[in-house]
Amino acid sequence: MKSFTYERPNSPADAAAAVSRNPNAKFIAGGTNLLDLMKLQIETPTHLVDVNGLGLDTIEATPEGGLRVGALVRNTDLASDARVRKDYAVLSRALLAGASGQLRNKATTAGNLLQRTRCPYFYDTAQACNKRQPGSGCSALDGVSRQLAVIGASEACIATHPGDMAVAMRVLDATVETVDAKGASRKIPIADFHRLPGDRPEVDTSLAPGELITAVTLPKPLGGAHIYRKVRDRASYAYALVSVAAVVQPDGSGRAAFGGVAHKPWRVEAAEGEMARGAKAVTAQVFAGAKPTHDNAYKLTLAERTLGAALNEARA
Amino acid sequence: MPSFGENELSRRDVMAGATACAALAAVPARAEGRPETAGPEQPVLAKVSLTVNGQRRELELDTRTSLLDAAREHLHLTGSKKGCDHGQCGACTMIVDGRRINSCLTLAVMHQGSEITTIEGLGQPDALHPMQAAFIKHDGYQCGYCTPGQICSGVAVLAEIKAGIPSHVTVDLNAPMQVTDAEIRERMSGNICRCGAYSNIVEAMTEVAGRPA
Ligand SMILES: Cc1cc2nc3c(=O)[nH]c(=O)nc-3n(C[C@H](O)[C@H](O)[C@H](O)COP(=O)(O)OP(=O)(O)OC[C@H]3O[C@@H](n4cnc5c(N)ncnc54)[C@H](O)[C@@H]3O)c2cc1C
Ligand code: SF4
Ligand code: FES
Ligand code: FES
Repeated sequence: MKSFTYERPNSPADAAAAVSRNPNAKFIAGGTNLLDLMKLQIETPTHLVDVNGLGLDTIEATPEGGLRVGALVRNTDLASDARVRKDYAVLSRALLAGASGQLRNKATTAGNLLQRTRCPYFYDTAQACNKRQPGSGCSALDGVSRQLAVIGASEACIATHPGDMAVAMRVLDATVETVDAKGASRKIPIADFHRLPGDRPEVDTSLAPGELITAVTLPKPLGGAHIYRKVRDRASYAYALVSVAAVVQPDGSGRAAFGGVAHKPWRVEAAEGEMARGAKAVTAQVFAGAKPTHDNAYKLTLAERTLGAALNEARA
Repeated sequence: MPSFGENELSRRDVMAGATACAALAAVPARAEGRPETAGPEQPVLAKVSLTVNGQRRELELDTRTSLLDAAREHLHLTGSKKGCDHGQCGACTMIVDGRRINSCLTLAVMHQGSEITTIEGLGQPDALHPMQAAFIKHDGYQCGYCTPGQICSGVAVLAEIKAGIPSHVTVDLNAPMQVTDAEIRERMSGNICRCGAYSNIVEAMTEVAGRPA
């Protein structure tokens, strides 16, 4: 690990200012992704700004009937909150399907959104990777791509967003709230938060440098059955190959977002008109234009079957 | 999951030059480093005070020091083990401010004022914690390397179930939590045992939870 200085600012705007004025500074929250990457020298900040003491760790009701989840709320606390369990169960389920009990006790809402890809070549510093080292090439294109993206990828990068929580937030139409160094706040719809790789795969999200996430807001509850299904190589403590977050109403209408398939949680609202007709009709539209590799074409079948299983679970 | 890190710097290499630089004061409210001035290879020291197994400990550490390395290398509490150093095995599990965490993936300087319990604080050979005794009785280990982490995690898991924290296998998120084999296995999945002592660990935990094994 490279050495770094460390500070604990007193306010969100101070934290944003501290990172904005130093291009080699980073925020640290739970540290469960950043420290992992720093040990491998994939991330090499020379200054860390600890955002744990900023009072951003509460969950509050909004005037619109939703919830405002502080950026520093731990994954365990978000999953266990009585209001989330009752009205946003898809979010509880997605969180509980991720990582381990120990990790969820540390991992935060903002850090989880910003966790970096688990593409094996991103982690292997001996390999070319445009995300880790822009312009070096993409080893995954001709490599082992079974875990990687089937849709929305580019010639420069076929990585996925690996997380679970963001898939549920996408189906719930959450909004990410931020503050910058001047104290100005901004609201980013979750649909626009994660980027597609395009020709700049090193940029994961639409956050500006130094912009601090302060909260994620959830609109008022949708009702219906909340399902999160995750298919992985082992029953627990593994990333998704494919996951589905679905909210299904008694009349069969509903919403679905997919994880493990793209650089961002993948949701095609236009396809949701087909929900009552079943999984095949929905995934045919959701994955129109998919460009799987030989290794990961199975994900298209898996996505259809996983949605099918989710719809069955919703009806049960 | 990615492979374990083979190319990280050895901490001893890093600590070798640690005395060369000026101290950074890590006080609770505001830990001022000397932002922008530290070069990439110049170690930065910081002061931190922790309460470890009930005893207050003052340390001056390289900011890079994980909580695990602080315990093992600086406080000589070598019960907590380093299996992977990347959050993948659970051997380093400690109970910090009442919650189990992977001590390899957190910085000691981020724990100013924290209350930390390691395996040494749970119980000692002459005064075992019930979970330690149950692991012995049920053969919840073979080589023992993962065991301190398993026991810390096991104690915390039973507390989590009591506190009503749900898990991936909890059928009804809004009903009281149960101590079932399925719940124990899922909640313990962050603790890998290469010797495969899993079924005996489930038995030990079941006994401590007060349910017949
Ligand atoms: C072994 C292992 C297995 C895992 N399995 C899963 C899994 O199955 N599913 C899953 O979803 N995740 C999984 N994870 C990932 C885990 O969920 C993330 O590591 C965690 O959510 C990151 O949160 P954090 O608070 O620790 O982030 P940190 O590591 O502190 O930060 C991550 C990034 O976010 C930035 N950041 C943090 N807070 C803010 C803020 N407020 N504003 C702006 N930027 C910020 C940091 O600068 C950093 O770049 C796994 C991790 C490990 C180690
Ligand atoms: S897919 Fe993206 S992250 Fe993976 S090697 Fe290619 S550029 Fe890097
Ligand atoms: S040493 Fe493996 S999880 Fe910490
Ligand atoms: S007892 Fe040997 S690794 Fe668990």
